[in-house]
Amino acid sequence: MAALGQVIRSEWTKIRSVRSTVWTLGIAAVLTIALGMLICILTNHDFQSMPARERLSFDATNISFSGMGLGQLAMIVFGVLVVSNEYSTGMIRASLAAVPQRGTFLFCKLLVATALVFVVGLATSFVAFFAGQAMLGDLRAHLGDPGVLRAVFGGGLYMTLIALFSMAVAVMLRSPMLSLGILMPFFFLISNILGNVSATRKVGRYLPDQAGSKIMQVVTPANSDVPYGPWGGLGIMIAWTVAALLGGYVLLKRRDA
Amino acid sequence: MIELEGLTKHYGDKVAVDDLTLTVRPGIVTGFLGPNGAGKSTTMRMMLDLDNPTAGTVRIDGKHYRQLQDPLTYIGALLEAKSVHGGRSAANHLLCLAQSNGIPRSRVTEVLDTVGLSGVAKKRSKGFSLGMSQRLGIAAALLGDPQVLLFDEPVNGLDPEGIHWIRNLMKNLAAQGRTVFVSSHLMSEMALTAEHLIVIGQGRLMADTSMREFIQQNSRSYVRVRSPEREKLLDLLHSEGIDAVAAGNGSLEVDGVPADRLGELAAAHQLVLHELSPQQASLEEAFMQLTADSVEYHARDGEPVPAQAGSPPGGRAPGAPQPAGARPGEAQPTGWGADWQKKRS
Repeated sequence: MAALGQVIRSEWTKIRSVRSTVWTLGIAAVLTIALGMLICILTNHDFQSMPARERLSFDATNISFSGMGLGQLAMIVFGVLVVSNEYSTGMIRASLAAVPQRGTFLFCKLLVATALVFVVGLATSFVAFFAGQAMLGDLRAHLGDPGVLRAVFGGGLYMTLIALFSMAVAVMLRSPMLSLGILMPFFFLISNILGNVSATRKVGRYLPDQAGSKIMQVVTPANSDVPYGPWGGLGIMIAWTVAALLGGYVLLKRRDA
Repeated sequence: MIELEGLTKHYGDKVAVDDLTLTVRPGIVTGFLGPNGAGKSTTMRMMLDLDNPTAGTVRIDGKHYRQLQDPLTYIGALLEAKSVHGGRSAANHLLCLAQSNGIPRSRVTEVLDTVGLSGVAKKRSKGFSLGMSQRLGIAAALLGDPQVLLFDEPVNGLDPEGIHWIRNLMKNLAAQGRTVFVSSHLMSEMALTAEHLIVIGQGRLMADTSMREFIQQNSRSYVRVRSPEREKLLDLLHSEGIDAVAAGNGSLEVDGVPADRLGELAAAHQLVLHELSPQQASLEEAFMQLTADSVEYHARDGEPVPAQAGSPPGGRAPGAPQPAGARPGEAQPTGWGADWQKKRS
C-alpha cells in the first residue's frame, strides 16, 4: 500500500509543476473579481433609474459575485485539466504503475486539487466581495450584516464544488476535449437557458450551478418560489458532485489504463 | 522474477493474449519477441496491473502488483507509449514519481545523471527528441533501483548510438543480478542482447528457450545454386532425389545437401555453375517462420502465392518488418510476407 502522505506530496508536485495551474486559477480569480467590480460600478450608476421593485430586493453582496458566471468557466478548465492531462499525455500509466491502488490515487489527486481550489476560491470570493462593495458607495453591504459572511464564504465553496464536479466528470470521460465540450456549454448556456425559460425553470433550478449559487444570495428576489434555502441549494450541488465522483471512481477501478 | 500463469486478455471477442504461462528469471536479459499486434504491450501492461486480465495472474517476486509496497522499488518499466506530461520538467516528472514511492529526492539527480539528462533536467519534456524522451522513460524505470525491469520496445526510433547505449545498459542491469524483460519485434536486435527468448504470436506462447537453442533449432542452412543450364540442373537433382526450389534470379535453393556434394554432382555431369554458395537463413527468418506457423494457411513448396488475396483489408501494418529474404517456398517476390500478412488478419 502506498502511504497517503507520499501520494499527496507527489500530487502536489504534479499540480505545482505545470503552468496550466497558475493560468487557469489566475484567470478564474481575475475574471471573477474584475467583472464583479465592473458590474458593481454600473449598478451603482444606474441604481436610481431601476424599477422600485428591483430596488427593494437589491442584493449588494450577490451583485459583487456577478463575475463568477464567467470565472467559473476557468475553474472548470482547471478541474478538467488536472485530471484529463494524465490521460491525454499518457502520464496515467506512469502514475498508476507508481500507485496501483486506484482509489488512493484518485483520492489524493482530488484532495490536493480541491484544497488548492478552495484556498484560491475563498480568497477570490472575499476579494470580489470587498472590491465590489467598494464600488457600490452607499449601497454597500457589510460583512457583519445578516447572511453576508455565509454568502461570501459560500462563494468560495461554490467555486470549489464547480471545480470538483468538473474533475469528477473528467475522470469519467478522460478526454479533455470531450469533458470541456460538455461542461462549458452546459454551465455557460444550457443551464442558463433551462433556468430562464418558464417551462423548464422548475427543472433548471435543480442543476448543480443554479442550486449551488443560491448560497451567494443574501436577499431573496421578490417573486422567487425556489423551494430550497442557501444551504439546501449547496446540498443539491454536493449531491451532484458526489454522484459524479462515485461514477468516476467506479469507472477508474474497472477500466484498463 | 516475474511469473505469469494462464494470463489471458480478451477485447470483446478478440483474443489479445491467450493463456500465457511463463517465468522470467533474474540475472539474464530475457527477450520478448513477437510481430506487431502479437500482444506484447498488452502483456506488459497486465504485468504492471494497468490492464485487468480476463483470466490468469501475474506475480512479481511472488506477490501481486497491488500488494507491493512502493512498487517502483520492485519493478521499473519503460512503456512503449509516451507516458510523460510534456509541460512538466524532466526533474519534476521524476520527482513526483519518486515522492509517491518514498524515494529520496537525491535519487532523481542520480538517475538523470545515469541517463545523461542532467543538462536538461529543468527543461520541459515537450521539447525532447525521441532519444531524450526514451532516456527520460528509462530514468523513471531506474528511479526506485528495482530488481525487475521491463522495457517495451526500447530501441524504437533511436539512433545507433542510443541503441548501443540501451543494449549495454540492459546487459549491465542483468549482470547485476536483476530481472530484465525486453520486448521487441526485431529478432536481429534480440539476438544481440537477449540470452533467453520468449516468442509469442497472436497472443500465444510460441517458444520459451535460450537464445542459443533457438538459433540451433530455427536457423535453416541451405545451398544456393545458379547455373545457365537451369533445366538440366533441375533434372539432374530430381533424378538424384534431391529437392530443389526455384528462387529469384534463376537460382535454385537446395535444403539438406552439402555444397561439396552438389559441386561434385555438377562436375560429374559437366554442368556449368555460376554460383554455389552455402547460406544460413537469418534469425529474422527463423522468427518469421515460427510466428507464421501459428496460422493454418501459409505458402510453401513453391506454390505461387496469392499475393493480394491473402492480405487483410487494412494491408500491411506500418512498421511490420519486411522479411529478410525470399524463402524457398516463395517463388515470386510479390509473395513476400504474404503469410505474414495473413497471420495478422
